Amino acid sequence: MSDKALTAWRDLALGAAITRPGSAADLKTGDWKTLRPKVDEEKCIKCALCGVYCPEFCISENEEGYWHSDPFYCKGCGICANECPKDAITMVLEEDD
Amino acid sequence: MGKRIGTEVSLGVAEAARLANVDVVSAYPITPQTHIVEELSEYVANGHLDAEFIPVESEHSAMSAAVGAGAAGARVYTATAAQGLALMHEILFIASSMRLPMVMTVANRALSGPISIWNDHSDIMAEKDIGWVQLFVENGQEALDLTLAAFAIGEDHRVLLPVAVNMDGFILSHMIEPMVVPDQEEADAFLPAYEPAMRLDPKNPVTMGPVGMPEVYTEAKVQCEQALLGSKPVVKEVLDRFADQFGRRYELVEKNGKENAKALFLTMGALGETCMTAVDGLIKDGEDVGQVRLRLWRPFPEEEFLEACRGAERIIVIDRALSPGCINGPLAVDIKSLFYGRDDAPEIVNVIAGLGGRDVTTEDFREIYARASGGELDGGYTVWGVKSYA
Repeated sequence: MSDKALTAWRDLALGAAITRPGSAADLKTGDWKTLRPKVDEEKCIKCALCGVYCPEFCISENEEGYWHSDPFYCKGCGICANECPKDAITMVLEEDD
Repeated sequence: MGKRIGTEVSLGVAEAARLANVDVVSAYPITPQTHIVEELSEYVANGHLDAEFIPVESEHSAMSAAVGAGAAGARVYTATAAQGLALMHEILFIASSMRLPMVMTVANRALSGPISIWNDHSDIMAEKDIGWVQLFVENGQEALDLTLAAFAIGEDHRVLLPVAVNMDGFILSHMIEPMVVPDQEEADAFLPAYEPAMRLDPKNPVTMGPVGMPEVYTEAKVQCEQALLGSKPVVKEVLDRFADQFGRRYELVEKNGKENAKALFLTMGALGETCMTAVDGLIKDGEDVGQVRLRLWRPFPEEEFLEACRGAERIIVIDRALSPGCINGPLAVDIKSLFYGRDDAPEIVNVIAGLGGRDVTTEDFREIYARASGGELDGGYTVWGVKSYA
C-alpha cells in the first residue's frame, strides 16, 4: 500500500473500506516499541519457545538456527524474554544497543 | 397510470417503500411513525412485499440491522421518531461513514422531557451533523414522492449516502390526504434495481467500517463530507427526473408570495403550508411579504437559498426546535452564519414556534409578521406563545 493511498481522501476506498485482505501486514507495528529483545546466542538453545509465544508472530529462525525478532513488527512486549527458559533474551533500549 | 386515493400519509409512505421494492425493513414501532412500519409488516406478512421485516428490540438495533443489511447489498428502509432517533444516534454516523444508501422516514416529534409524543423538530435538529442527505416534506403527496426519490438519490453512485425524509409527526403522519400513488411499472421505471458499489461478498472480501487511525480519519471524514456536498446536484437531477415522469415538480428551495419581497418567512416542513396561507392573506392586505421553504436541508443549498432571498431586508426564520443556551434556534444559526460578512445580509429575526405539538395558526404568522415589522422581535430569538403569567 502506497503512502498516498493511505492518506489522500480521493484515493480512499468507499467508506474507507479495506479492499485488500492481509493489508495489516504493511503496518509497521515495530515503531511502537521502547525496548527490543536482544538474544545472547551463547545462552540460546534454539528451543524456539520465544517464537511460539510471540503474539506478533515476528520471531523466526535464521540460517544458523537462532531465533530473532523482526524489528518491523516487534512491539517490544517482552513476552519472549519472559518465556525464555535460559534467560538468553534481555529487553534493551534501542539507543543503548 | 397511478391512481388517486384518499389515505393516511403514513400509509402512503409505506406504499412508497413497497413501490421501491425494498429488500429489508428493519424497524421498531414508535409514535408517530408506527403506522408506517405496521403497514410494511403487513405487506411482508401477506406477500405484497418480498422483503425481510426485522422486528428489532430497539431503534439502536434497527439502525444496526439496517447498516448490516446495507453492507450486504440490500435496499433498506426504516422509520423512526424522537427518542427512537436519539437511540439510533451513534449508528447514524456509521451508516453515512460506511457510505450505505438507505432511506429513513423521520416522523418528527418533540424530544422528552417532559414526555411528548407531539410534533416539533427537536429530534432531527439534534442530528444535523450525521452526514445524511436530509429532506423536509410539507404534505402527504410530497412525503410519498420524496420517499421514492430518496432511494434514487442515495443509491446514485455519485452519492452513496443514507437519506432521511423528515415529515412532521401527526400533522402529516396521521393526516388523511388525497394522494396520487404511482403504479409499480412507473415506480420501476423511475427507480432501477439497486446496484451496490461495494458489498460484503465472500468471493471478493473487504473490510467495511474499519478503524480509522489518526493518519486516515480526517481523510475518511472529508471523503464522506465531499460526497454529501456533491449530492446537491444529484438531488436536483433526481427531482427533475421525477417531475419529467410524474409531473410533480419539487425544488430544493421554493418561494411563494410577492416577488422580491422586503420581508420573507423561512419555514421547513408542514408549517410552510400554514405560513403560505398567512402570506397570501398578508399580501391581500397590501403587505410586501414572501416566503422561502427549505426542502433540502443537508447539504444546505447555499446558492439556491441566497438566490431565493435576494433583495430581502428581513428574514423571519421559524424554528420548530429550541436550542437551549445557543444564541439562536438551530435553523437561524445556519442562516446567520450563511449571511455573515455579506454586504447584502438582511436583518434576521428568529422565532421558535410550535414546540411539542403547540398549534401555530395563520393568525400567529400574522402577529409574528406585525411584531417583526415593528422591531419588537430583534435580537436573539423569541419563543412564540410562551405564557409567563396566568
